[in-house]
Amino acid sequence: MSETKHTELHHDEHGEHAGMTRGKIWQVFFILLGITVIEFFIALYMVPKEIIGLNVANPIYIILTLAKAFYIVAFFMHLKFEKVGLVYSILVPTLFIIGLILVLTNESHHWVDVLR
Amino acid sequence: MSTTAVTPPIDEVKSTPWSGGKEPFSVEYGKMMMWFFLLSDAFTFSSLLIAYGALRFSSTSWPAADHIFQSVPLTSIEHGAPLVFVGIMTFILIMSSVTMVLGVEAGHRGAKKEVAWWLVATVIGGFMFLGCQALEWSHLFAEGFGWGKIPEHLDHFFPHGVEPSAVYTQQFANLFFTITGFHGFHVFSGVIINIIILINVLAGTYERRGSYLMVEKVGLYWHFVDLVWVFVFTFFYLV
Repeated sequence: MSETKHTELHHDEHGEHAGMTRGKIWQVFFILLGITVIEFFIALYMVPKEIIGLNVANPIYIILTLAKAFYIVAFFMHLKFEKVGLVYSILVPTLFIIGLILVLTNESHHWVDVLR
Repeated sequence: MSTTAVTPPIDEVKSTPWSGGKEPFSVEYGKMMMWFFLLSDAFTFSSLLIAYGALRFSSTSWPAADHIFQSVPLTSIEHGAPLVFVGIMTFILIMSSVTMVLGVEAGHRGAKKEVAWWLVATVIGGFMFLGCQALEWSHLFAEGFGWGKIPEHLDHFFPHGVEPSAVYTQQFANLFFTITGFHGFHVFSGVIINIIILINVLAGTYERRGSYLMVEKVGLYWHFVDLVWVFVFTFFYLV
């Protein structure tokens, strides 16, 4: 029994090895760098030249940030190659964060009215 | 004979992941605990960042990041270079994340020397980031910012046509130093942990153990620090 378990683990480790090669690591690095360059291009060129307004730029920043977060968590932190149970036990609790964002943005709009 | 066919053997019952036959997560205990620690740490950081968001949403005006972060320390550039220095800091941290993951990859192959060199590079990257943060903080201190402290003249920190507000500038300063300070403290702990792991690698601890899994666990922490910076960068410097 322990022997079969050992080979299984070994097989898993081999699978992980295939998941992140050096080429893949550098590919993810250039994606992260590229996204950051786009963010700087928007912040330093497009917004000051008024090609797009902040109401357009801010959602773009947030989407690009979430894309960066996906690449870091999925590839650098290797979560994409873990068992689906572990993936969900990490990702599902972060829904609470979204809940807190919704509650506090709503609440802060109320604070504006109170302060005025 | 028919009864044996109806009752399955005990082994067979326990063959699926969630009935005790196999590990459902198929991950080592310490690594799983690192993941759950990072989840709790994510809650801490998001509480701080959401508090920042709530205060900013409720404000009538807010100091503009590209007006506050205009200088590049250690050069003669004092004005007119918005976000350049933080761009360098972001690059350093992403780069040190890459060297860390390359160290983990070398660990999978059991290449002791490579793991050690990549860890050295990661530690250097961490110290460079901390140095940059120290420069930026001291620059802001010199301008008059601090916990409970703001400069006297606030006009040039706000966009044109916006009434400067001392209250909201103070909120900005407090939140900025608290959140980047908490993140910087994480980077500092990460550097210390990386140094300890580096010493263990050089001492051959993981070579004897036959696995460089410990490097992978520390790597998770280091990538998390990078992940938090991605959010801090967006919400303090861009939005």
